[in-house]
Amino acid sequence: MEAQSQPAVAMEARGVSKIFRGPEGDFHALDSVSVSIAEGEFFTLLGPSGCGKTTLLRMIAGFEHPSAGQLLLHGEDISDLPPYRRQVNTVFQSYALFPHLSVAENIAFGLRMLGRPNAEVDQTVDRMLKLVKMEPMRNRLTSQISGGQQQRVALARALAPAPKVLLLDEPLSALDLKLRKEMQIELKRLQHETGITFIFVTHDQEEALTMSDRIAVMRDGHVLQIGAPREIYDQPANRFVASFIGETNFLSATSEGIVDGGIRIRIGDTVSVETDLPDGVDPKGDLTVVVRPEHIVLRERGAPDTLSATLTNAVYFGTDTHYHLELASGQHPIARRQNAAGAPERVEIGAAIGVAFAPSAARLLRD
Amino acid sequence: MAEPSSTRRRSGRPFSVRHLPGFTLVAAACFVMLYAPIVTLVTYSFNGGESIALWEGFSLRWYVSAWANEAVQEATVRSLVVAVLASGIATALATMAALGTTRTGPFPGRMVIYALINQPLMVPEIVTAVALLIFFAMIKIATGYTGLAYLVLAHAAFCVPFAYLPIRARLEGMDLSYETAAADLYATPWRTFRYVTLPLMTPGIVAGAMLAFVISLDDVVITEFVKSAGQDTLPTYMLGQLRRMVTPEVNAISTALLALTVLLLTVFFALTRKRG
Repeated sequence: MEAQSQPAVAMEARGVSKIFRGPEGDFHALDSVSVSIAEGEFFTLLGPSGCGKTTLLRMIAGFEHPSAGQLLLHGEDISDLPPYRRQVNTVFQSYALFPHLSVAENIAFGLRMLGRPNAEVDQTVDRMLKLVKMEPMRNRLTSQISGGQQQRVALARALAPAPKVLLLDEPLSALDLKLRKEMQIELKRLQHETGITFIFVTHDQEEALTMSDRIAVMRDGHVLQIGAPREIYDQPANRFVASFIGETNFLSATSEGIVDGGIRIRIGDTVSVETDLPDGVDPKGDLTVVVRPEHIVLRERGAPDTLSATLTNAVYFGTDTHYHLELASGQHPIARRQNAAGAPERVEIGAAIGVAFAPSAARLLRD
Repeated sequence: MAEPSSTRRRSGRPFSVRHLPGFTLVAAACFVMLYAPIVTLVTYSFNGGESIALWEGFSLRWYVSAWANEAVQEATVRSLVVAVLASGIATALATMAALGTTRTGPFPGRMVIYALINQPLMVPEIVTAVALLIFFAMIKIATGYTGLAYLVLAHAAFCVPFAYLPIRARLEGMDLSYETAAADLYATPWRTFRYVTLPLMTPGIVAGAMLAFVISLDDVVITEFVKSAGQDTLPTYMLGQLRRMVTPEVNAISTALLALTVLLLTVFFALTRKRG
């Protein structure tokens, strides 16, 4: 998708490492990480805590210095610049709004420090207040507004100087679920309207999937996979990515031989499918396939191309129901079925059933 | 045994020492001990007679006579001048010390620095007084200067920790993320200090200055040792008066000092309690 029109690169990390030296030995927070983020992209760094995503963000902002490697902002090496000389702004997890300044003064802060003329500052502040729908609150102190409103002011403050890249450090984690959903949409709108490159850090895979143009999945200081949300969900690069993003069933499989364009594998005694053979998978070793719960279909016991299973539990979730299954192999996959109108008959717990999935739904995985 | 206490104390009531026998009585006795002398002092400042033990009716005559007393006027002005200058110097030093011990990375000897700054709280005042007396005597001999500066400097020295503690507490309660955010928004280190750190720490600075002012105002020991002839402050003047003859004029001055101190400390607590 980038092949046709090469968008300019906004931010690039080249072999960036960060080693924190401590009395109990060195900690490699980042190990030779390279990413390239296009202009105008909504790019997410996703991973569990301690994976290095925040360290990378703080490095781009200038609060940490890389132990090795380069950081390029629009092609210019910024690795040695102090934070106040980098044209990037941050929305902090704690917002860090200045408590002694009003909403409007908070938003104006960056522009004033840049020495912009008063008329321009006032104009931009008005525009920003409008953008985040906070005009009536302009003269309030930040302690006098709600958490969701503080979030908007933090965004406006960081956007006001029109940075080349906006960094967002888990900005939604302090909000309750309903507000978080609203702000996800709001963030997408702001990004669309301003056209600014967003680098978003989160540990919430759902947030990453719904908001991002591309996601970098990180773990232990390494980038495991970079791709569009769909790519990462449908074609996880390894077991960790598959289990971290969404719910996943892992089924063991055996090889039946290399075929044209892939490999034929057998799952259980009864199912045999052809699938791609990803790089790094040893076709002679133990194989694992990943099948997402929504791709598993419940059938009658003994139907063709099904695995024999027993239903051990059914959990109702409102929009859908999760069926917990036990296979003859002893594995316990979960199937998800939507509770659509005209929902099918209830399945009794303990019933002997068959489990099927489309051949394309099963993907071989590296460990 | 369990029955009466469980009926007396309603279930779910948290532990309270008020239910220990005699606790309330001891507490009340302590307050009487603390405040009865002060109440007596204030009361007799309004006594119409010459005695400080015999009540002869309400009057403001001792306030009037203290106000008209030139020696009292002179001592009051000197006390205020010394307190203003000393607390100003002490607050400036304490502000820098507080920044140096909270807005820096951890450095070796931090605890030693902390102890050194708070030295006047730990060293007995009489030791400081004697040390200053001898030290200043050497300077006086060398320079011939005998002005008020010795007193100001001495007061500034022992006021530093009193100003330092509230300022440091304020800075420690202030999240570093504000300064981080300022740097992110193009503020140089100096501008970060000027536009973020300083305004946020101001309540702590004012509180520290007030505490230092009050401490300087009522110092006797160090002043008594350091002052040159004719440099009485209000407390040392009162001490001198009491040696000769006790009149309710001293009560009146004390009451006025008490009122000023209470006022300043009220402001101090209002400033240190407010957060954020």
